Amino acid sequence: MTIEEQLTTSIDIGNLFGTVEQFKNEGYRLVQISCTALGEGYEINYSFDKDYRFENIRITIREGTEVPSISGMYPGAFIYENEMHDLFGIQVRGMNVDFKGTLIRTTVKYPFGNPAPKGEEQ
Amino acid sequence: MTRQIIVPFGPQHPVLPEPIHLDLVLEDEKVVDVIPSIGYIHRGFEKLVEKREFPDYVYIAERTCGICSFIHGLTYCQGIEQIMNIEVPERALFLRTIWSEYSRLHSHLLWLGCFADSFGFENLFMNAWRIRERILDVMEQTTGGRVIQGACKIGGVRRDIDNAKLSQMSNDLGSIRKEIDELTSVFLRDNSIKHRLQGAGVLGKTDAYQMGAVGPVARASGVAIDIRKTGYAAYGKLDLEIATECEGDSYARCVVRACELFTSIDLIKQAVKAIPEGPVDVKVTGAPNGEYFSRSEQPRGELVHYVKGNGTKFLVRSRIRTPTLTNIPPLVKMLQGCELADVPVIVLSIDPCIGCAER
Repeated sequence: MTIEEQLTTSIDIGNLFGTVEQFKNEGYRLVQISCTALGEGYEINYSFDKDYRFENIRITIREGTEVPSISGMYPGAFIYENEMHDLFGIQVRGMNVDFKGTLIRTTVKYPFGNPAPKGEEQ
Repeated sequence: MTRQIIVPFGPQHPVLPEPIHLDLVLEDEKVVDVIPSIGYIHRGFEKLVEKREFPDYVYIAERTCGICSFIHGLTYCQGIEQIMNIEVPERALFLRTIWSEYSRLHSHLLWLGCFADSFGFENLFMNAWRIRERILDVMEQTTGGRVIQGACKIGGVRRDIDNAKLSQMSNDLGSIRKEIDELTSVFLRDNSIKHRLQGAGVLGKTDAYQMGAVGPVARASGVAIDIRKTGYAAYGKLDLEIATECEGDSYARCVVRACELFTSIDLIKQAVKAIPEGPVDVKVTGAPNGEYFSRSEQPRGELVHYVKGNGTKFLVRSRIRTPTLTNIPPLVKMLQGCELADVPVIVLSIDPCIGCAER
């Protein structure tokens, strides 16, 4: 039995701002932002909810791509964006609160990120 | 201009059972800004999904939290079951609901005790925890574990509870309800408690929604979000009334949790009445190929387990978004403008579970 329908839409990174703004204007709340390492890049999911309707937008980026912050629209996004930076090494531009790598202090730098190419230290 | 100073709060502090650090920017005694930092107990649980086969990862998921462990297991299993289109037997769904509500009772009682301790009411702390012991006893009798139950598995649950025991549990809840009524009446009517909590750490409705608050923190600010309303497990078959308050202060958060104790008792009683006969698990074959954002309502709010599989025994990704993590930005907001002396009580009023937040 399906508990809830979940719609996931893949978009280009260039459309991220506009799409998030649309969710914001329609009264959706930000549920979470998560990142998945794909080997050669990353998949980032932005999840929203309104009246128990769950929607998800997804961007896929290459290693080293800078992602714009959505904390201007959703102020609470800074916690996920800093987490994404500290665990995966994703560079996020324009966060309202930028911990510069000190939100989650880990022994290994970017422990969830893609492995560094051979011969390079992460 | 008033001189600003920074006072560190935590990671070790008498009101904090787990470590979080806050840099409090003060002007005289007033907090004007807060910079949180975590990472003292980051365990990298999510990475373990690459090393443990997906049926075994339930044990890891459960250990995310030492309080609402059962709900973590349930949410993870639910995610895998949705990907693999597994029909979980009805009885198992009801049992999951019953254990979830016992977890909520135990968690809220634990929090009420800690909260009483934070404002120096030791006797109330002991009374809350005394009642909590009765809840833990039931968890132990029915699952074998007080804190980590290990009762959930993909495709159902590991143990059944016979109908005689279910009736006894339902009857016992009558006397537990009386004790909780006595306990919560002190929290809700005592003037010294009201004086300490009312107006402390106010979070408005708009701020709560925009900052992403969940659970009792959101509901105490008038945002009626409760993922149990999506009808997961057996919640779709039970009558659930969401407790909300509109003041958004520490007292309102206390009121919401106190009301939720009675809601949980009511839900358990409903579930015991409606539980059908039948098996409690189904055989699971194959491996998950797909993804799902599994959501549930923990005692602290909305929990999300994102699971993604590629058809092998090892998942590609497990992402656990816990309510405490998402309640940190609202905490920052509610601390801005408060008095330094109120900080411990306000921090505790969100019921922080750093173990959950760090994973």
